[in-house]
Order: sequence, then structure tokens, then C-alpha cells
Amino acid sequence: MTPSDAPVAESPMLELLTGFIVELRAAGLPVSLTENLDAMQAITHIPLEDRDAFKYALAATLVKNNSHWRAFETVFEVYFSLRGKQYSLGGDALDLPDTDDDDDAQANPDAAGAGAGGGGGEAMSPEQMAEMLFQALKQGDNAMMRALARQAVTRFAGMEPGRPVGGTYYLYRTLRNLDLDSILQRLMDESNDDAPEPMSPLEERLERDEFENRIDKLKKEIEAEIRRRLVADRGVEAMAKTLRKPLPEDVDFMHASREELLGLRKAMYPLTRKLAVRLARKRRHGRKGPLDFRATVRKSLSYGGVPADPQFRYPRPAKPEIFVIADISGSVAAFARFTLQLVYAISGQFSRVRSFVFIDGLDEVTRFFEGVEDISDAIHRVNTEADVVWVDGHSDYGHAFEVFWEKYGREVGPKTTVIILGDARNNYHASQSWVISEINKKSRHLYWLNPEPRAYWDTGDSIVGEYGAHCDGIYECRNLRQLEKFVDILE
Amino acid sequence: MDYRFESPASVTTRLRGVDYLSDEAIAGVVFLADRLGKPILVEGPAGTGKTQLGKSVAEILGARLIRLQCYEGLDESKALYEWNYKKQLLRIQAERNNESTWEDIETDIFSDEFLLTRPLLEAITSDEPVVLLIDEVDRVEVETEALLLEILSDYQVSIPELGTIEAKQIPMVFLTSNNTRELSEALKRRCLFLHIDYPDMEREKEIVLTKVPEITDNLADQVTRIVRSIRQLELKKSPSVSETIDWARTLLLLGVDTITEAEAIETLNILLKYQSDITRATKEFSADTNQRRPGVPRTS
Repeated sequence: MTPSDAPVAESPMLELLTGFIVELRAAGLPVSLTENLDAMQAITHIPLEDRDAFKYALAATLVKNNSHWRAFETVFEVYFSLRGKQYSLGGDALDLPDTDDDDDAQANPDAAGAGAGGGGGEAMSPEQMAEMLFQALKQGDNAMMRALARQAVTRFAGMEPGRPVGGTYYLYRTLRNLDLDSILQRLMDESNDDAPEPMSPLEERLERDEFENRIDKLKKEIEAEIRRRLVADRGVEAMAKTLRKPLPEDVDFMHASREELLGLRKAMYPLTRKLAVRLARKRRHGRKGPLDFRATVRKSLSYGGVPADPQFRYPRPAKPEIFVIADISGSVAAFARFTLQLVYAISGQFSRVRSFVFIDGLDEVTRFFEGVEDISDAIHRVNTEADVVWVDGHSDYGHAFEVFWEKYGREVGPKTTVIILGDARNNYHASQSWVISEINKKSRHLYWLNPEPRAYWDTGDSIVGEYGAHCDGIYECRNLRQLEKFVDILE
Repeated sequence: MDYRFESPASVTTRLRGVDYLSDEAIAGVVFLADRLGKPILVEGPAGTGKTQLGKSVAEILGARLIRLQCYEGLDESKALYEWNYKKQLLRIQAERNNESTWEDIETDIFSDEFLLTRPLLEAITSDEPVVLLIDEVDRVEVETEALLLEILSDYQVSIPELGTIEAKQIPMVFLTSNNTRELSEALKRRCLFLHIDYPDMEREKEIVLTKVPEITDNLADQVTRIVRSIRQLELKKSPSVSETIDWARTLLLLGVDTITEAEAIETLNILLKYQSDITRATKEFSADTNQRRPGVPRTS
């Protein structure tokens, strides 16, 4: 069935969906034409008024990678959020929770009624409102929380039509006024008082988790509410554009926000597992082992003694030894951290991993990682305990390399793969690139990973080109996607 | 063609009938797969009921479950079909004394009789309804994935000597993946995608209550709340649903009514399988919770 056969074709729905898919692609999701057609076909089977089913139908056909789910959800909220004049910023028309919001229809009628009372109360004082919020959170009353979220946005966000401010600003204003931290504290105090006997730490923790969970829900409601109003004010396309965020694998290491770094760390674990499996598999299948005489003879019996199907042993090529030499000065620290984490997470695939960090001095940090289960702890120790400052704490690649060569140069052998991490911004010190050339001669491979965009290389005090001339490969490595690609060539 | 389900809601109800508690996403995708005649690629952490979904759907449809367990080195002759060459040899030898020509023998030995069907071929040639479960598809090599493509998009298998065998009926197909590697675009494109994550607390509690019927409501509540707390920690391996159920069973056997810290910590090894995870959880649970925990950021 082509989209033009679909009953939705004549409706504005088709137009909306096309825009939706264009936006998904702009956000980086690889939506193919077939998937597009599948989505169109899928929604013909779904009652359109069922918003959840509609959402899952689109998700199942368009999103084929779980890490893209968040991006999908954002775009979906923008394109298919509920609209109506109650969201417009102009009038102060307060909405009742039982308007056309179909989510409310599922909530129990009593709660919705109570919410209506709260939503309508324009004369409510901030204290009353805080009290109602407190009660709603305490009882986990979703309908009430939703109504209060709306109320809070109207009251505190101070949204004005056409004002060029992002949603995070409004969110911040609203949350500041609600002061959820003290509400959480009060909730905890109260349940402590209510408990017949003092709560054990475990109980207290569970209680706190429950409340935090509810508060998170409330925050999401507030965020959604602000987004809905912004969409109503600015239109779908403009809004989608401002909300567009890079996918986790495309987040730039050097400019990641705190939240993005957290997302990166979460994306890290599945990635390392994937890479470890891939490397192990490649090692086994890369080439064939020597002839397995016994197995060949055994197999030949089914061919009447003719060795028609030679058998080979499992190849067991030697695992490489990895030396990581990382610049951990401010600008590239995040990158070094991720790469070290990645290398250690897959260290089972190498015979040995040794790591060195430098700024203008150099220190071996392998000891921090040895026998440690938790890599992030080790990395924390690297950042605090390693002795990497020689003179002034500004990157000096030349000196660091010299020290490396003097102290550890002998240990680089034909099985060693050396990986250097850094932007090669040398603060105009001597480059000492002869060290790199010597390392390259002695080692099996020498790679340089640079977290800067290629366009910036060799500008200013960056001398990556000079070093790069002596390396087997020099790679731009700005995000997880590029890092993953690099690990693939390690063997 | 007749559809198997009337609505996503009916999928939920019927799955519940066989003790599989689905959520909206699961029900919606199963419903769509039936309507669109497309396979479902189920992905998610281990132990969240991916394989069970395939089995349960087979059960409610009263269909035969054909399961292809994937592993490294799986090939055509194990997945699709194989010629029974021993029998072919016998046939040729038996013909030796007869007058029949080579052509006769050739057409004869490359016929259905000498074909050994493997799971994929079996699934599409079956007369009765079947559910095909291709388990852990991420374990096969990228090249082997190509074997699946024809059957997944057109429900047919081409055998050079015989021609194309088309499906008598379109089976429901489930592919599961633990995401140990990226599956090829070609494969993903042909499937509906379903990510099954750890269930939210309410659903997990229901699951515990269903699977461990003797458990009290109170204990189930506590179990799932503790599990939720543990999943918020940064761990190597979060507890799966099956581990939650095991834990609930253990606590029941130990005769626990309300879980105290000591009991929780003693039995943590059922939920967590890495020593470093256990240490961390123990530390978290016995720590003074009035301090803000690291690792769980608060945005405000």
C-alpha cells in the first residue's frame, strides 16, 4: 500500500507526518523510505485518537535503535502534542484537567474532580498551592499533579508570547518557585513522623526513592506543559529546531554539557560490551589456524577416507599489548577519560594495557587500574593523584614525550600498539617529534586520536600534523561514534 | 487474510491469560506485526522476557513454536535446508544397474524427498499456524544475517535446484537480540522494532504477584521497590526481572515478611552477579541516606 492509498492521505495528517519524519532525519535518526512507508501503513491500523498506540506504532516502524528513543520522543511531543487555545500564552484562560486531554480520561474520576478544583483556583495563594502540591505528591495523585503542573507554569514561568527564550529558562523559573527540594524534605520528615517506629535506613531510602520518582514525574509534567505552550506560541518547526539535540553517539566530547556527559556514560557500557564481543570475534575469524590433522582424518571417514573437507584449528593469534598515552589537561580531559574507560573496559581483549597521562610532566597510572573493578573510581584517582605537572601545568607534549622515551621507551616492543590521545596544542614548546618517530619504529602500531574537529588541526599552536607524519594513523575522534570506529581497527 | 488480533487491548488481555503481563508498547507492536505481516525485532537487557514473549504469543495463538537458536557459525545447512546427500548417494547407487538416464536421476534426487528442512524452511512450509522465534540473532555473523533477509521480507526461500518455495501462510516472527553488536540496516529495516526495558514498578509488582502467587502483596511491594532502587545505581549488570522473581521466591522460602537491611544484604547475591555490584549496593543500603547520593543527579 502506498501512502496515497492510505485513508489519512487527504487529511492534514499526512502533511504533519511528513514534517515529522523530516524532523526526525534532521535530528539524526536514519529513517529510510521503506520505514517511512511502513509508518504510514501502520497508522492506518491504529485508531488515531489513541495517542499512545499511535506513538508506539510510529516508534516501532521508525526508531530501530533504543538510544534514539529520547530524540524520537521529543520530536513526537512537539509534533503531536495536544493543542488548543488553553495553551496559548496570551489569555490567562486556565484549563480544567478534564478538557480534551485524553490522559486524564483514564485517571479516576474522583481525582480528576479534585484536580479541577485545584486547576480553577486562581485566587489560590502560593502557600495553598505548595500545600496542595505537597498533598498530591504524598498521595501520588497523578491527575492532581498534572493540574498543579499547569497551574505552576501559568503562575511562575512568566511566559510571554514571542519572547526568544528557551524552554529550560522557563523550567528553571518554575522549579525555583516551587522549591521541590524542601517539599521532598518535608515529605521525608512527615513519613518519618508517621512511621510507628523510627525508619531504618533501608525503609527511609525506599521512601525517598518513591518520592523522588513522583517529583521527577511532576518535573516531566511541567516540562511537557511548557513545551506545549511554546509549540502553541512558536509553531511546530521552530520548536522542533530549538529542541534538537545530538544523539548520544554524536555528542562532542569537548563540549558536552553535564547532562550529556551523563548520557554518554550510560551509552558507554553497552558499547564496550559490543566492542569486546566484536574484537574477540574478529580475532578468531580473521584468519584460519593451522591444519587440524586429527579432525581432518575423522571427517574424511564420511567421504570414504578422502580428506575432502580439511579441518583447521581455532586460530589463537597473540593479543596485542596496548600503551595509552593521554593528555589530561583541561580542554581534553573529558575525551581522555572516555577513551581510558573504553580501553580498560575491553582490556580483556589485550594481553596488557598500560596507561600514561601527562600535562607537561608524565606519569604512569596503570597501578590505579590494576585489580580495580570500578573503572570510574580509577579514573577519578588518575585525575587527582597522578603526578603530571612539571613546570606550569600547561600542555607540553615535547617534554612529556621525552620523559616517556627516557623512562619507558625500552618497554615498547613489536607487540605494542601505542595510542596517543590529545589535541597536540603544545603551547609553542619544542615538539620533540623524533620521539614519536622512534616509538613508531619500535612499536607494532602507533595511532593518534585527536578530539578536535579536523578543520582546527594545525591552526594556532596545534602541531598534530608534525606528529602525525610519524604515526600509522591519525584520527579525528570527537564523539562515541568515531571512537567506536577506531576501536574496530585495533588488533 | 484473517487477522489474529482485533485490537492492542485484546493482545494485552490474551497475553495476560497466559501469565505474560505486557505493556502498551508490547501489545501495540504485536498487534501491528499481525496487521502488517512483519517480523518483530525484540531488543533489550537480558532477562526481561524477550524470548518469553515469542513463546507466549505462540501459546495464545495455539500455534506451533519453531525456534532457531542462533550461534556463531550458524549456516545455511542449519538454518534453512540441507540436501540429504547420504540418501542421494544411495539413490544413485540403487539406480546404477537400471537403465534410467542421468537426467531422470538428477530430477529425482533434487526433489522434496531428499530435502532436509531446517527451522526457517519448516516455518514457512508448515500447514498449521506457527510462530517462528529466531533467538539471539546478534550472535550470528553479519554475513549470515543475509540468510534471514529473504524469509523476513517475502516469506520465501529460494533453493537453486528446486526454485522458490513460498510460505503457505505468513507466520508471526520474533527475533530477539541482546544487542551485543549492531544489526545490519537491511535486517532492521524489515522488522518492527520493540525495545523491552525493565518494567516500571507497578508492572514488575504484578509480574511478581503472578509468578509467585503465594507471596503477600506487602512483600511484593517491598521487593520491587528495592529492585527499583538498585537499578538506579550505576552497576555492571542491573537485576533482571527473572532475578527479581528468584529473589522473591527466596525471601518467601526464608519466611520473610518484611525485608530488613540485613536480610536484603545477605540475599543480594541472588539479584546481583558481580562482586563489585554487590559491594556497591551493600554500601548504598547501609549508608546514611540523609546525605545526597552520588550518581543520581538532581536537576533542580
